[in-house]
Amino acid sequence: MKPAVARSDRNRRVVEFPHVQFKLLSLAKPTSRQKAVVDGLGKEKLIEMYRKMLEIRFFEQRAEQMYQQRKIGGFLHVYMGEEAVATGILAAIDKDDYVVTSYRDHGVALALGIPPGALMAELFGKVTGVCGGKGGSMHFYSKEKNLLGGHGIVGGQIPIGLGAAFRAKYMGTKQVSVIFFGDGAINQGVFHEAANMAALWNLPAIFVVENNLYGMGTSVSRSTAVSNMAVRAASYDMEGLQVDGMNLLETYGVMKEVVDKRRRDPCPILIEAKTYRYRGHSISDPGNYRSKEEIANYRTADPIAQVKKFLNDLGWMDDAAAKAMDKEVRQEILDAVEFAEESPDPDPAARDRHVFVP
Amino acid sequence: MQTVTYREALNQAMVEEMQRDGNVFLIGEEVGEYNGPYKVSEGMLDRFGPLRVVDTPISESAFTGLAIGAAMTGLRPIVEFMSFNFSLVAFDQIVSNAAKTLYMSNGQFPIPLVMRGPGGPAAQVSSQHSNCLESLYSNIPGLKLIMPSNAYDAKGLLKSAIRDDNPVIFIENELLYGDAQEIPDEEYTLPIGVGEVKREGQDVTLVAYGRMLHLAAEAGEVLAKEEIGVELIDPRTIKPLDLDILADSVRKTHRMVIVEEGHRFGGVGAEIADQVYGACFDDLDAPIRRVTASENPLPYAKNIEAASLPSVAGIVEAVKAVLYRAS
Repeated sequence: MKPAVARSDRNRRVVEFPHVQFKLLSLAKPTSRQKAVVDGLGKEKLIEMYRKMLEIRFFEQRAEQMYQQRKIGGFLHVYMGEEAVATGILAAIDKDDYVVTSYRDHGVALALGIPPGALMAELFGKVTGVCGGKGGSMHFYSKEKNLLGGHGIVGGQIPIGLGAAFRAKYMGTKQVSVIFFGDGAINQGVFHEAANMAALWNLPAIFVVENNLYGMGTSVSRSTAVSNMAVRAASYDMEGLQVDGMNLLETYGVMKEVVDKRRRDPCPILIEAKTYRYRGHSISDPGNYRSKEEIANYRTADPIAQVKKFLNDLGWMDDAAAKAMDKEVRQEILDAVEFAEESPDPDPAARDRHVFVP
Repeated sequence: MQTVTYREALNQAMVEEMQRDGNVFLIGEEVGEYNGPYKVSEGMLDRFGPLRVVDTPISESAFTGLAIGAAMTGLRPIVEFMSFNFSLVAFDQIVSNAAKTLYMSNGQFPIPLVMRGPGGPAAQVSSQHSNCLESLYSNIPGLKLIMPSNAYDAKGLLKSAIRDDNPVIFIENELLYGDAQEIPDEEYTLPIGVGEVKREGQDVTLVAYGRMLHLAAEAGEVLAKEEIGVELIDPRTIKPLDLDILADSVRKTHRMVIVEEGHRFGGVGAEIADQVYGACFDDLDAPIRRVTASENPLPYAKNIEAASLPSVAGIVEAVKAVLYRAS
């Protein structure tokens, strides 16, 4: 396929964006960059990241079950299939960097290290939830982890993350701001406004579009004139690149380079993480707009299974160790459910609290 | 004392607060190099530089959202809307993010943010530039709402708004920017949520804010000549509303007329009336009357524009009506 070439107006940067097909790279045959990533990460860190992906997967499987039992209400948008995006991207940033995301926020919150108990309790609407039960599934916020929210309006979080990047420039810090949003949100005007301002002012905003190919039930081919989303970066004279979002080593490796560069020289970037969600848009969506074959095909490149096989091939985690870890993480999630079940509802007086700072 | 215009008073408030606190910055369209579309920010770029007086592209959604994100991470932004009509482009950011983040995050992320600029009809700018948005914004929990009618209040209240840890909608008025007044030389602030009795009277309580206060004051003069004593109250802050000052006055006059520049249906005056009925229904000797804009988009032509808006004559008539006097 012929590469698309995008040239910046000011010729400051010339960026090429090949129309890469979404290839489900196998970790069984790692590229030299992936090898370098593994060497840099080391055994312990890679296993920790694998464990994080398991935590996200099991958390959401259990959350779906709790939803069916009516322990959880409202909307529930799960991240299943996309775990390598948040896990890899967020493993490459520091504690004091900022993160904001959409309503599909469970993976991001867990990857940032918010305890599953506090998140499950939030889904249960309990006082011990990360937002005291006031936010629910779509609105995880954590001051401690610099998580500026899960946001319910498509694209609404994009300028919030821009504000955090502005703050880094204002204070003269080296922090970066990671702004997750979906393929649907890239067609909101506010993305383009924010991208323009980030480039204009050289703000350390890392725009990560999680392209899972569907905005609710509308496929990218039905919603987006230019299917290569990274190419849109050229409109704002910023770098744009695509990454295989099913591949943990790719998401982490690319993000590490992106962040290192921005610590030295703050500027924005658009990363398109090509990924896939296994479930419907939300729990009430059976996803009839996709074929069973399509889903099965993507599942063969499952981000967790890929890393598991890779760790096994390296001799870093045999079947017995993998099984033991499965069991351990499942138990951790069961404990989170128990914590949520046993936590009290919010005090009725909480209704009127935090409308204003007194 | 010093004599300053409403616009200079606003400028002083911002300059003083930016000198006082390095986290305060101003962002908006034409606030820097152009020195402000209405010259409210005149000289501020020279004084504070482009990092603290930020000229933006015409992207209200993104620069308002940017300010909210900056507020979440410790800064204290002042957003200037060239006109509050343009805040509608940023409505989602204001309603979904500025107003709700503190609550949804269970108190983790306060939003110390001021969104200010001129609102209400100016003169013959037709309907898209003549919105009175106070009733819309006052319906959103989490937002404070201030509408100063004069230079003294504008300065004192803007300084308090900047120091407040909550998002504040601060609606100025283009037609008042040039009004001059004596204000103290020394620094002062005014408390948010406290109204002021502008004129004492025994017969009718007249409530008005923003530019309407001046029409109401004129009506008070006219009525005084007919020996009708109007007690004129400027709530200054719409939200929180100083109900006490209104109820105290009604207990004395037993009658109330409310003037607002916005439309009738769902207006701020309807809320004020409801609160006053709740607080002192038995003290009222007549139903509360409201003087409002009519229920149509504001037209360009001078005569029908004027016919759409509250007038001194209309206020006089309403005051007489609650006194059951023929006009």
